[in-house]
Amino acid sequence: MITNAPHAIDPEELIACPSCDALYRVTVPENGERAVCARCHSVLIAPMEGAILRIVALALTILILLITSLFLPFLRIEANGLSNATSIFGAAMSFSQSHMVFLSFAVMSLIIFVPIARAMLLIYVLTPLILGRRPLPASRPAFRFTERLRPWSMAEVFVLGVGVALVKVADLARVQLGVAFWLFAVLVVVTILQDQSMCRWSIWHILDTRDADPDGVRPEPSGQPGSSSEAPAHG
Amino acid sequence: MAEAQSQSAHMLTARDLGLVACTQCTRVWPGGTERCARCGAPLVSRDSSSLSRVWAWWTVGLICYIPANLYPMLKTTLLAKTSGDTIVGGAVALAMHGSFGVALVILIASVAIPVGKFAAVAYLALSVKHRWKTDHLKRTQLYEVVEFIGRWSMIDVFVVAVLSALVQLSVVVSINPGPAAINFALSVIFTMFSARSFDSRLIWDSLEPPTDDKVPPT
Repeated sequence: MITNAPHAIDPEELIACPSCDALYRVTVPENGERAVCARCHSVLIAPMEGAILRIVALALTILILLITSLFLPFLRIEANGLSNATSIFGAAMSFSQSHMVFLSFAVMSLIIFVPIARAMLLIYVLTPLILGRRPLPASRPAFRFTERLRPWSMAEVFVLGVGVALVKVADLARVQLGVAFWLFAVLVVVTILQDQSMCRWSIWHILDTRDADPDGVRPEPSGQPGSSSEAPAHG
Repeated sequence: MAEAQSQSAHMLTARDLGLVACTQCTRVWPGGTERCARCGAPLVSRDSSSLSRVWAWWTVGLICYIPANLYPMLKTTLLAKTSGDTIVGGAVALAMHGSFGVALVILIASVAIPVGKFAAVAYLALSVKHRWKTDHLKRTQLYEVVEFIGRWSMIDVFVVAVLSALVQLSVVVSINPGPAAINFALSVIFTMFSARSFDSRLIWDSLEPPTDDKVPPT
């Protein structure tokens, strides 16, 4: 567990709770355990075995799912001999006919651009860490940006919206679900798994140690963030 | 020990020691540092303009939310007859058809969450302004819920997007977005900005400053 901070020690050994400002001396918990703020219960540090490798793998999966889903059939309806199909792109662009171009752009961003940008930046920042290399230039602002983008990545909200729309359509016409629909359904699971593996503190910590390391090639066991041997302080 | 302290007791904060903490990466710096050297985020001990930004976004969000409920979200043209459905009207129509579950999802995402969010953000901002001492932990958790749940209000916008792209069967039936869609989307986006402008550290500032025995002299 984390202990309440004593006075006057090196700021590098301290961690401040981002949601209530309580100050602690850093003690990295065991992999799979979590250090939680004693008064506001925010999770401060939650290292996991192989978390970075897992985040990169999941980011790659997200990227592939998103990009292929753009080019595959999404939904199709049939009624009275008439039929109509739409792609994911078509769903976003449906506002552009009604003088709501801004909304088309917003929907496109929330379900496609933001998740793609987030996945690409995570791959850029974290891949060198897995390979035991020095972080690439601008890794720090890039990582900070991915965290700021997080709430605006709404692929999973979109999937629920599609579900509601299908119930509404079911009365009017027969619906065929395309491959892109299923890819998006998988995307929800992958996104949730990725968010669970993310420990911000561990990634900042490993970025710090790698930048301080003059050779930059010290091998790290399987991209494990903030292992207890690296803990800057105990108790 | 930290675990032994009750939640209402004052705990040592970065500000008590004259330090400033980075809310992005949790690194601590000497007071007065303007930018976090680890992650590059601007540093403030307490964001003093936080509340005015919260209220500004809150107000425009509320202004957009009113027309979002008065105008139709969807315009359905069935055999050359056009009718409009507002958010609540659409949910009622679904319930009449027997789809109670989906009607409930729409009502929760488009009415309960936005209204609850306006109330919660207003309550949090007022509680901080007047330094209320109501349960700090509960308020922090309320804030986390507000931050987590806000984006799910976008569901109805996506429903409209999918329906209007899909249901285009020439003269038989077609669905097009109504004017409320853009107001609703803007309202969701503005309230997300409002919640994110709030500095949750302010909630804990109404606790008594530490007594002398808790902060040993340097």
